[in-house]
Amino acid sequence: MTPDIARQLLFGMMRIRHVEEAISARYAEQAMRCPVHLCSGQEAVSTAAGLALRRSDFAVSGHRAHGHYLGKGGDLPAMLAEIYGKKTGCAGGRGGSMHLIDESVGFMGSTAIVGNTIPVGVGLGLSIKLSGGDQVSCVFLGDGAVETGVFFESLNFAAVRKLPVLFICENNLYSVYSPLHVRQPVGRRIFELAQAIGVDAAHGDGNDVETVFGLIESAIAQIREGGGPRFLEFDTYRWREHCGPNFDNDIGYRTEQEYLKNRALEPIARQRQKLLLEGLLTDEQIASVEDSIQRETEAAFHFAIESPFPDAGDAHTRIYA
Amino acid sequence: MLIQESMRESNQATSRQLSFSKAINEALQIALAADDNVICYGLGTDDPKGIFGTTLGLQERFGNDRVFDMPLSENAMTGVAIGASLNGIRPVMCHQRLDFFLLAMDQLVNNAAKWFYMFDGQRSVPITIRLILGRGWGQGPTHSQNLQAWFAHIPGLKVVMPSSPADAKGLLLASIFDPNPVVFIEHRWLHNTIGEVPEGDARVEIGPLRIAREGGDITIVSMSYMTIEALHAANYLEERGVSCEILDLRCVNPIDWPAIFASVEKTGKLLVLDTGAQTGSIAGEIVARVAMQRMSSLTAPPARLAMPDVPEPTSFGMTAGFYIRAGDVARQVLDMLQLDRADVAVRLAEPVPHDVPGSWFTGPF
Ligand SMILES: Cc1ncc(C[n+]2csc(CCOP(=O)(O)OP(=O)(O)O)c2C)c(N)n1
Repeated sequence: MTPDIARQLLFGMMRIRHVEEAISARYAEQAMRCPVHLCSGQEAVSTAAGLALRRSDFAVSGHRAHGHYLGKGGDLPAMLAEIYGKKTGCAGGRGGSMHLIDESVGFMGSTAIVGNTIPVGVGLGLSIKLSGGDQVSCVFLGDGAVETGVFFESLNFAAVRKLPVLFICENNLYSVYSPLHVRQPVGRRIFELAQAIGVDAAHGDGNDVETVFGLIESAIAQIREGGGPRFLEFDTYRWREHCGPNFDNDIGYRTEQEYLKNRALEPIARQRQKLLLEGLLTDEQIASVEDSIQRETEAAFHFAIESPFPDAGDAHTRIYA
Repeated sequence: MLIQESMRESNQATSRQLSFSKAINEALQIALAADDNVICYGLGTDDPKGIFGTTLGLQERFGNDRVFDMPLSENAMTGVAIGASLNGIRPVMCHQRLDFFLLAMDQLVNNAAKWFYMFDGQRSVPITIRLILGRGWGQGPTHSQNLQAWFAHIPGLKVVMPSSPADAKGLLLASIFDPNPVVFIEHRWLHNTIGEVPEGDARVEIGPLRIAREGGDITIVSMSYMTIEALHAANYLEERGVSCEILDLRCVNPIDWPAIFASVEKTGKLLVLDTGAQTGSIAGEIVARVAMQRMSSLTAPPARLAMPDVPEPTSFGMTAGFYIRAGDVARQVLDMLQLDRADVAVRLAEPVPHDVPGSWFTGPF
């Protein structure tokens, strides 16, 4: 871990957190008229993966994709404009929060049906294998997506054809309000399941960004050398409600104690503390980065809010290529 | 056997007689040879039967990287095709029965059909899905479903249903090189039919229908295998002094409305034949659209013949009279023209056996 990467990991997480919290703060204005699934609390995986992957590597994701998109190098103003349904959005306003794309940085798309980009990422892996480069295709998924049939099918195919695919599972314990224990047998480890399907797998603390980065980096190196697919599971926790801007610990599906306990594991504070202690950063430096993130985000919101909507007539275009 | 001979194939010097399945095979060979990005996979692609002969020899010629068998994972493998296509590959997937493909509806409907639209036209999904329709020979409720109307209902998909060997080849080539997802539906009863097929990369445009027979008294719009039965009926009806115009749709999304309207304006009568169940059918859509937009051209109420709204039975006993054959078409036409239908029963009796396209079809699949 070089000091530079250690710092970039911190700053990347701070940026994603700030954007998510800013969306949360503004959501009540009713101008972002689409469901948003915020990733506050889960920034470590997005940031580490984005940093470990090359721009030319592919990534696909699901409904909770803001962090993955930004981590991979996606365009912040275009993402916010997309959430506002504006013409300048990364999908022209046609997709919204759940359909982010920025092919210029290899972010090939995210979709709203749980599990359904898993095989798309595998197909991108197949295309890499056919063309013979050392690119990697990264698939972001949640613990809920592990329960879909397409998960098993996709891992199986990636394993049988030894495709260059990195599966990254963020296990945040919940699928909407359903806890893990009503969905999967108690005692199962998701990464062991992947292992049993035939994909080399490992597990790590998703709140320790340097650990996350290290695991992802070595998985990518193995994949680039032709080692076939790898699967990584990280323990994380989402802070806010499944869908929307609020906290929902009061509605009864999880306890305040559980929330507070997990929130205390906090990936950002932890990394900041570490870097301060190691003398790799000062409070002033952090404050100045915070300041520039805030200005960048404000400008991006301004851009999104000021941008025009697409014309109503555009709804009838681009059905066929 | 069948009256494919009577179909109006273009009589080019460079064409020769080929079966429908050989024509498909030839299209795949040509596409794979023309473009290194074309790949072809599906259950049994490289097995000794080669999906009714349609994929025979492909793996030997193009290798296991480009032509391969696959795990029993219809949904994921459709997503794999989509993902590969996002990076320049042109996948052709083959399924021995349409029914098996129902497991892949998520990938087809939510991803393939929507990608170009929801990502603002940044990238389309040029995949081709070959689906084979079963019918008869005890295929039964889950090996015989003709669900083209489902697919045609989804904006963003193209749905192709050839009836002649030349169109099978030409439309498959066009489908593979089309920038959009195409569902390419082959009726099993057509695989052994023979017709003139041009050599080389002879693509047929997706969209325009084919006038399979010109006539002035009634417009019969048909698709896929029903075109064959319609042609049989038309031969008989000609002897009765009735001139049928047969429009072979070739493609059920998009539908060639101008050609249908033009024919109805000429004949004043419309009968639509469909290989699928009646409710929610393509035939229903065509009848509705013609009634709404060309009512004044019609001199009789439009009609349709589609499969009954029941699952297809397996038993030979229960399928007697079940399929729409030339006799049913002829009776319907005569009724619409208020002509006597007395000798249809004799001249166009249900074939024996009734559950196969011809006595040469001996199963098991
Ligand atoms: C196939 C499907 N079923 C149900 C839903 C509704 N849904 C949206 S998000 C979600 C939970 C997914 O959980 P997980 O994969 O762990 O991701 P997380 O929300 O925890 O990030 C569900 C069930 C859906 N979008 N797609």
